[in-house]
Amino acid sequence: MADATLTGPAHQAPDAVPEFPMPRQSRCPFDPPPALKELQEQGPLTKVRLWDGSEPWLVTRYAEQRALLGDQRVSADTDQPGYPTKASPEAGEGKLSFIMMDDPEHARLRRMVTGPFAVKKVEALRPAVQRIVDGLIDDMLAGPGPGPVDLVDVFALPIPSLVICELLGVPYEEHEFFQENTKTMVRTTATPEERGAASREVAGYLAGLLGKRIAEPKEDLLSSIAGRITAGELTHQQATEMALLLLIAGHETTANMIALGTLALLQHPDQLALLRETDDPKLVASAVEELLRYLHITHLGRRRAVTEDIEIGGQVIKAGEGVIMVNEIGNRDPEVFADPDRLDITRDARRHVAFGFGVHQCLGQPLARMELQVVYGTLYKRIPTLKLACALEDVRFKTDAFIYGVHELPVSW
Amino acid sequence: MKVELEADKCVASGQCVLAAMDVFDQDDDGIAILLDERPAAEHLDDVKEAIAVCPAAAIRLVDQ
Repeated sequence: MADATLTGPAHQAPDAVPEFPMPRQSRCPFDPPPALKELQEQGPLTKVRLWDGSEPWLVTRYAEQRALLGDQRVSADTDQPGYPTKASPEAGEGKLSFIMMDDPEHARLRRMVTGPFAVKKVEALRPAVQRIVDGLIDDMLAGPGPGPVDLVDVFALPIPSLVICELLGVPYEEHEFFQENTKTMVRTTATPEERGAASREVAGYLAGLLGKRIAEPKEDLLSSIAGRITAGELTHQQATEMALLLLIAGHETTANMIALGTLALLQHPDQLALLRETDDPKLVASAVEELLRYLHITHLGRRRAVTEDIEIGGQVIKAGEGVIMVNEIGNRDPEVFADPDRLDITRDARRHVAFGFGVHQCLGQPLARMELQVVYGTLYKRIPTLKLACALEDVRFKTDAFIYGVHELPVSW
Repeated sequence: MKVELEADKCVASGQCVLAAMDVFDQDDDGIAILLDERPAAEHLDDVKEAIAVCPAAAIRLVDQ
């Protein structure tokens, strides 16, 4: 019998299948793990081993990532054979609506909620978002002193939370309840039971709100979803899952981009100065695209199951195998972005895949972009002396969450 | 050059509107609509960007 201790990762043969996810280098919190970079240099696809011992394909290059995410032979259905799961799913846990479905049902459900996220409708919300951002900065500046405060708590999380609550019609007074539960739902170290319980708590709450909107509709997205139940187009269960998806997606993503983006800019003072001193909305918009490209918070990759054999990148992915498109490394592909590891807010980064690609590409992206433009275009101008109030080494990064970011960001000014 | 849009494929990401606001818009459900199927030469680069970023490959430029 081989000694069990010899089978650990430290003793893996050089040609062994690497484990995914890989550790980041502690001194480079904004860069993808060095092992991912090496795999990308070696080729577009490679097999990796997941937490459950399964061995899906990891797709590291931009072109292959976009091709597969746009391919109808890949499925987002988590029940498909070979689907690479992020963590153990709890038995009976509901699906997170259409992001875990394929067309045509995916398209039918998605189109029910895309209207309010259209570019011009989102643009009409800009003054309201500007007021929210200015109000939160006023509160920071009116505090007892120049910090330190936790920017995540007083700024980064409240902004998207207030906005999505307003859009959906969820009372913001309940934010502590759903922010806490959402945190549990995206924490990889939570047990499946804990995640399931958190998910059921919020789902139960939203189901109650949907019931109220059926009886008494208002001018909000929940009422529009409730109307689909009345019209027989959605079951209560489907409607609740859809509301849950929108509430969660509206929280943890933009909040992490605000906090992590601010930290990245504080660590790149030349880029921060460009942003602080500009009055050009185009440069602010460009900075948003570049930070989306450079940071990439969905660090565990977009995951799919392949339903028919696909020949790509010199390999054949067989039906029933899983694929993981790690867009954070796709966004650092030197074939597409020159000098990809450099943060440069003046570059044209619009072709990044931070929102994914294909039919599942983020539907809230116009809203996320607008919120980030208001934040990045306002915060550093209004608090030009903003600085990190701890050592970079002491910042706790969310390597233990489905969405990457920082747990807290202590700042002063 | 003529722009062709397959609205059935559209996933309402809004990317075409951001890339080429003079050529594309969205309807009440967020689905792309073509404002100008024969855009002036000065808008062609924007249309090409819209084609490159469309996640659903729903836009084409044809020689007609």
